[in-house]
Amino acid sequence: MYKITQLSIFLENKRGNLYNTLDLLAANDINIRALSLADTTEFGILRLVVQDPVKAKKILEEHWYIVKNTPIVGAELDDTPGGLSSVLKILNDEEIDLEYLYAFTHEKTEKAILLLQAEDLDNLINILTAYKVPLVPAEEVYNL
Amino acid sequence: MWNEEIECMSREDIFELQLKKLQATVKRAFDKIPFYTEKYTNANVFPEDIETLDDIVKLPFLTKDDLRACYPFGMFAVDKKEIIEVHSSSGTTGKPVVSGYTQGDIDNWGEIVARGLTMMGLDSDDIIQNTHGYGLFTGGFGVHYGAHRLGATIIPISTGQTRRQVEIMADFGSTCLIFTPSYGIYLGEVAKEEGIDFDEIGLKAIGFGAEMWTAEMRDRIEETFKTKAYNIYGLTELMGPGIGMECCAQNGLHIAEDFFYPEIIDPKTGITLPEGTHGELVLTNLERESMPVIRFRTKDLTALHYDTCECGRTLARMERITGRSDDMIKVKGVAVFPSQIEKALLKVSDIEPHYQIIVTRPDIMDEIEIKVEASEALFSDDIKEMMGVKRKIGEYIQNEIGIAVNVSLVAPKSIPRSTKGKIQRVIDKRNLH
Ligand SMILES: [Zn+2]
Repeated sequence: MYKITQLSIFLENKRGNLYNTLDLLAANDINIRALSLADTTEFGILRLVVQDPVKAKKILEEHWYIVKNTPIVGAELDDTPGGLSSVLKILNDEEIDLEYLYAFTHEKTEKAILLLQAEDLDNLINILTAYKVPLVPAEEVYNL
Repeated sequence: MWNEEIECMSREDIFELQLKKLQATVKRAFDKIPFYTEKYTNANVFPEDIETLDDIVKLPFLTKDDLRACYPFGMFAVDKKEIIEVHSSSGTTGKPVVSGYTQGDIDNWGEIVARGLTMMGLDSDDIIQNTHGYGLFTGGFGVHYGAHRLGATIIPISTGQTRRQVEIMADFGSTCLIFTPSYGIYLGEVAKEEGIDFDEIGLKAIGFGAEMWTAEMRDRIEETFKTKAYNIYGLTELMGPGIGMECCAQNGLHIAEDFFYPEIIDPKTGITLPEGTHGELVLTNLERESMPVIRFRTKDLTALHYDTCECGRTLARMERITGRSDDMIKVKGVAVFPSQIEKALLKVSDIEPHYQIIVTRPDIMDEIEIKVEASEALFSDDIKEMMGVKRKIGEYIQNEIGIAVNVSLVAPKSIPRSTKGKIQRVIDKRNLH
């Protein structure tokens, strides 16, 4: 229940590409919860958490995008200074290598949610649970 | 060996024999065929100008268009009553090319192919199942005449009726199959379905040809049929299948040099290239009564080797055909073929990615960019891995063509297609004129 389906999308690094992609989703009433873009000079990977990942993937693929589902987890951060670093310290102590992370704010609670990707996601979930870091259920992230 | 005297002749003697035959051929062509009389007179070259083998470069090339212009019988050097058989190569554009044979030509064809079948380990005890087509195209006839000469049994079954092929193979006890690589792969699958055990059938050899193939295809054929597979090369204009045939060393095809004089040229400049260099194969009939074809541009790309083969033969070997000169581009002085790029791309993805080669000359140096459309197989959620894929593609291509390239991963369907859905493989943006 804690695995969030993130869409990873191949994008050529060309002016207008990011806009066109987001515009396509908006035109199809897909709400974007969180977004991150990793890029090189010529291409990038757009990572999206959306309300309806199945529908979004279908729409994107109909428009010749390459889309992969990638499971990630969302951790709720303490609303105190050092909230982020305390999570990172746990991961460091437990020798977890993160692939990447990005964050967004929960609209209703105004709390920050940290999205994390690691090679062994089950292990990451177990460790965060053991350290009592509150994880956000996938359904809750989709329906914020 | 079928004809040890010729097949193991010293290089010096081969060249001497070739010179004598070339001089006679050029003289006959010039005297008997108005097309050559006119062509050579216009080029200001005459039979007596051929004093050494190297003098062959004085003679202008012959193209398929030249042969077409002589349709149907304009290239014949003998009276029509001497011609006992005609074949024709397909005419996808314009008129086809007609190839004629006297009784002597047919006998020679059989002799050449008999040598090749012997190279494959066959003799008069063998049963050869020939799945090449019998028709206007030369297809099955080379092996047919070669088998007669050898004294083997030929089954002229032709292509198709694949289940019947399998049945006959088992019932007649075929020891050799002749097929095109793609038909062979299909035949192998059907045979497997029919429960044929090739370990039990005990084939002695496979002869394959008539289309481009890769080392992987040969491996697959040998694996399926549990025997060695040998390449056969030929073209209707010069004779037909058998011009080059592979020996047990499987290290190139021996050219019947007493009947054909091979040259390799740079397809752009027409200049003759040295041994071992890749370029376009040019062939000359050294002994053909009906229709001497001199310096014919085959458009097939290969290289020649003259060192003595492991099998003991001294006849020159040509490498497997790797492409057609029509597709070649020259970058930084190096010949590059789309087939090489394809080969490299297949190493990173089972399904060949869509790609385009773009050649530019920003300053004084050529640059080559390979645009590769990203695909499900090439994409991952990890930017490091994606960079790795890109780097690997670049390395594989560089290994294949010998020069560094810029690889760019582009979006699917972003390379423009023609209305028929085809990508223009090469875009040359250099202004070379
Ligand atoms: Zn050999």
